[in-house]
Amino acid sequence: MSNYSNITIQGYRRENGRVGVRNHVLILPVDDISNAACEAVSNNVKGTLAVPHAYGRLQFGADLDLHFRTMIGAGSNPNVAAVVVIGIEPGWTKRIADGIRATGKPVAEFSIEQKGDFETIRQASWAAKEFVHLATEYQREECSINELWISTKCGESDTTTGLGSCPTVGNMYDKLLPEGITGFFGETSEITGAEHICQKRAINEEVGERWYKMWKAYQDDVIFAHQTDDLSDSQPTKGNIEGGLTTIEEKALGNLEKIGRTSKFIDILDAAEAPQSGNGLYFMDSSSAAAECVTLMAAGGAVIHTFPTGQGNVVGNPIVPVIKITANPRTVRTMGEHVDVDVSGILRREQTIDEAGDALIEMIRRTANGRNTAAEALGHREFSMTKLYRSA
Amino acid sequence: MSEIPHLLVHEHDDNVGVVVVEGLTAGTDMLVCVTHDNSTFRLTAGADVPIGHKIALKDLKEGDTAMKYGEDIGKIIADVAKGEHLHTHNCKTKRW
Repeated sequence: MSNYSNITIQGYRRENGRVGVRNHVLILPVDDISNAACEAVSNNVKGTLAVPHAYGRLQFGADLDLHFRTMIGAGSNPNVAAVVVIGIEPGWTKRIADGIRATGKPVAEFSIEQKGDFETIRQASWAAKEFVHLATEYQREECSINELWISTKCGESDTTTGLGSCPTVGNMYDKLLPEGITGFFGETSEITGAEHICQKRAINEEVGERWYKMWKAYQDDVIFAHQTDDLSDSQPTKGNIEGGLTTIEEKALGNLEKIGRTSKFIDILDAAEAPQSGNGLYFMDSSSAAAECVTLMAAGGAVIHTFPTGQGNVVGNPIVPVIKITANPRTVRTMGEHVDVDVSGILRREQTIDEAGDALIEMIRRTANGRNTAAEALGHREFSMTKLYRSA
Repeated sequence: MSEIPHLLVHEHDDNVGVVVVEGLTAGTDMLVCVTHDNSTFRLTAGADVPIGHKIALKDLKEGDTAMKYGEDIGKIIADVAKGEHLHTHNCKTKRW
């Protein structure tokens, strides 16, 4: 038995058996024009959380499927105790409410047409208040750390992420995946330059080939189909370049350090898709933009996100605590309020990757037990939908 | 390691290293550490290079491949001398 087998956390066990680490009462808009009603309900009823977003009207096909998956996944996340869903009309509102209801958690739905904002807000506020009373009586209970679903995505990367903060996450995965956690990594465009290595990290050839096809499809169907110039200002970003990263290949090799030395991924997920193949590491076909990627992984069911940063990406998420890890001593000095785990000792050769991995596991344990992350304390609640193409 | 390194190199095959201290100035006698096995050597910085940016470990010519993590990270597009700053002005992706 390893040192990591006996780690326990105090979590919320939900109706479907999954373990959450937060206890949100979510006020979820189906579409952009229902944001105002959701925010009004959240203002009326303290202890609720509205998650306004930009989309949900006249989407179709795969883009609409992704919208529903993201909405239903966000509401189904084990960090959410109960959900009030508000949409402009009852059809799609019911579809999302029913999708979340399948988890067994309490859901109430309201639509605005033929009522107006005032009456909708009045009815929804009553439901939200009942949910707050219910959720605040839920108790944390002892759970094994292996019941956590932990995602990762890095941002405002620089050369220190590849040297320190990404290998720290990789070390955590190498230690906790064998214990039975479920992990997520992704950022399809950002594997460019390390795709030959990533493909080999699949559990078998069949998964590796499916992974390569997915990666290649993004290159051909999106990047090469839409590029108007060299992508060197977007991948790597201006911030990456300021931090010393020169090419996408260099960025990708640092990025892939997040899956450590021994971890293998067992399957591929579409954006916002929940794992179906059991415990283990999954690659999610996802944007490399921080808020979008964290939102997609939260919709897939991750309850804690580990976020290595170099230059200091400040992203957070309303549903999932985002743990920031940096190895850059300048970022620790100038942006310390955003940093949860300082691993700059790796650069000074005062701290090993093994020690840094243990420090991250300890921060995961504390965060699961209720410690608010820097992003939570600073109010970072970026809930950003991924959109595939123009609406009808 | 009693002395803090100025430059970290991932693998012995690499021809670039990363500055890991703030305010590095030209002429500094740098302690260079290869993280793969913590072996060290010394190199003189040929320029003021910001933290996080790269320095060439040997003379590189236009058309050469920049190596980091033991892997290809792009092509050299302008000659760069040992100890000099290596970045977007003299190195470019091979991908797009």
